[in-house]
Amino acid sequence: MTGTTLATQDLAVGYTPPRKPARTIAGDIHITLHAGELACLIGPNGAGKSTLLRTLAGMQKPLAGRVLLAGDEIHTLSPIERAKRLSIVLTEQVQAGMFSAYELVALGRHPYTDWSGRLSAKDETIIRWAIEAVGAVELAKRPVNELSDGERQKVMIARALAQEPSLIILDEPTAFLDLPRRVEIMRLLRRLAWETGRAVLLSTHDLDLALRLADRLWLMPGDGTLHTGAPEDLVLSGALARAFRSSGVAFDLHSGTFTVQDAHRGTIALIGGGLAGIWARRALERTGYAITTNGGPALARIEAVDTTPPKWRLIQGDAVVEYTVLSDLLAAVKTLPS
Amino acid sequence: MEHTQTYTASVAPATTGSAIAKWPRLGGRRIALLVLVVLLVSAFLLSIATGSVNIPLGDVIKVLTGVEPAKTTWTTIIQDFRLPKALAAVLSGAALAVSGLQMQTLFRNPLAGPYVLGVSSGASLGVAVVILALGTSGTVMLAGVGLFGDFGLAFAACLGSALVMGLVLLAARRVESSVTLLILGLMFGYAVSSIVSLLLHFSLAERVQAYVNWTFGSFGGVTWNQMSIFAPMVLIGLVLAYLLAKPLNALLLGDAYAASLGLNIRRARGWIVLSTALLAGVVTAFCGPIGFLGIAVPHLSRGLLNTSDHRLLIPAVGLMGAAIALIVDLIAHMPGSQIVLPLNAVMALVGAPVVIWVILRQRSVRASFTS
Repeated sequence: MTGTTLATQDLAVGYTPPRKPARTIAGDIHITLHAGELACLIGPNGAGKSTLLRTLAGMQKPLAGRVLLAGDEIHTLSPIERAKRLSIVLTEQVQAGMFSAYELVALGRHPYTDWSGRLSAKDETIIRWAIEAVGAVELAKRPVNELSDGERQKVMIARALAQEPSLIILDEPTAFLDLPRRVEIMRLLRRLAWETGRAVLLSTHDLDLALRLADRLWLMPGDGTLHTGAPEDLVLSGALARAFRSSGVAFDLHSGTFTVQDAHRGTIALIGGGLAGIWARRALERTGYAITTNGGPALARIEAVDTTPPKWRLIQGDAVVEYTVLSDLLAAVKTLPS
Repeated sequence: MEHTQTYTASVAPATTGSAIAKWPRLGGRRIALLVLVVLLVSAFLLSIATGSVNIPLGDVIKVLTGVEPAKTTWTTIIQDFRLPKALAAVLSGAALAVSGLQMQTLFRNPLAGPYVLGVSSGASLGVAVVILALGTSGTVMLAGVGLFGDFGLAFAACLGSALVMGLVLLAARRVESSVTLLILGLMFGYAVSSIVSLLLHFSLAERVQAYVNWTFGSFGGVTWNQMSIFAPMVLIGLVLAYLLAKPLNALLLGDAYAASLGLNIRRARGWIVLSTALLAGVVTAFCGPIGFLGIAVPHLSRGLLNTSDHRLLIPAVGLMGAAIALIVDLIAHMPGSQIVLPLNAVMALVGAPVVIWVILRQRSVRASFTS
């Protein structure tokens, strides 16, 4: 399945305050999203990610241009027709009342049921399929208000799936979750996109996960533009580093992560690799030291010995002291004259 | 629609034998509805049998089925007084409880009730104008008042609540957020109540008393004549509410999700407000501003049925509201005595401790309105 699920033409998004001219947040947006793709929308706070998502979901009118859902302009679709093609998952937790997870997912059948909301056998089959697809079968009977944040987010994704949309839009679906749950939800979404042939678009602040899992990255640097591409291309072109550039933080092109740059205590020469070396480096950078590995001027030299358990030697001139835990090493380093 | 049916391709069929236990059975709560029906019928018969004169149940059933009872006066008592009163209690209880449920769902607020949109204030204004300003001395409490007293008050109250309802409906079409609408309704209510206060301030003492009597609330003032308007209006409101069960369920997820499910929020909200205003307005017009029921019964029903599904809740809330109205009215009439206590006072005095006990025992209120 390679059809174009979502496309925009000359789209400009923003809002119109009462009795004031419209404010454009981002303009000239040309994007396409294909069936079976996972796209992650990233950008600093206030760049307009939510405004863009709301416009693409038809919850807000574009200031200019068009949003096309499988070729049809989204604002001309009837609400029911739109609900059959597109579903959403929002950041805010729903106050789902006294519904079981199953009943909550069943609400996703709303656009398909008659006036009374009665579920047909087909509806029930799809609800069960959706619950199984997100791996929430054991949650089905449980009341939604007793679920953890991660479990509830799975149920909300199942509800979105039960709408049988060609596109699911999620606004920061992992915002309230701990790291393992964030990875789990993101992998789930990618699997759903790939296996069910639906397009999935989500906004996130998890750059690392987005870089590792997204088929396409949509980058909003906050200057009114939008860059799209494979995650790796955006890294190599420097667009990602530029978007998130701010004092004290730098994007490391090698590790693909952001590092804290706050080296005010001086430079330490670090020798030795392996886990002992990696984590000694982390510890020293966290404490405010710059690291050199090629023998420049330094306050002291540290030799990381990657044994089990690891050890570190602090070398100052002729004096060599060995440490077995990093906290002792850091305490010693901090006493060095800078 | 040519939607891709991938749900059969990627997952094994769910309807195998072992799957039955795995999935919840919907509709297992029908038993609770049956219990409520039994409760309602018992309360109804008991309400007709008791009063200043107690009538044996057998004779009550005889009169209701058109058979001559042991004493002919019992036929008169039941047909002219107790039956219309019991019917008024059933209709009012159901109407107020269902409109309270609708408001709690629409505003996603456990404190919302049938009167949050100012409907009862509107009715109060109508009644206040008739009693205080125009000087009709008749009250709904007294049987046998003239035709103007019979319909005048109800008509004025209808007019008053229709006025406020019109304003709120107008606002509901223009206002984006439900919270704004809630605040507007409260403000309408305050503004209208202040006019009533002004009227009270400049009125004669006995007219103020007549007005206060109306605010006590009573099911006893509805004549058969009035019932021919009262009953159909309430039934229309209740049917409308049941037709709105699906949009109400969607609204539980919040406006944004409801809209994403294809619901036209403004239109749905308009119908919900219309149904609520009709139910609450008509009851207030004929029986006075009866408090408490509309807020409490939805909470009790959610706790009893352990669900938020309006397809079940609306019948349950209606049945329970009707039964509770009958029981409270029964207590207010102090069976075996001539004393009749103010309905609203008894309602809160008996009801508040019960509701506090139920709410403290179960977490249903918290569960329904917090995440």
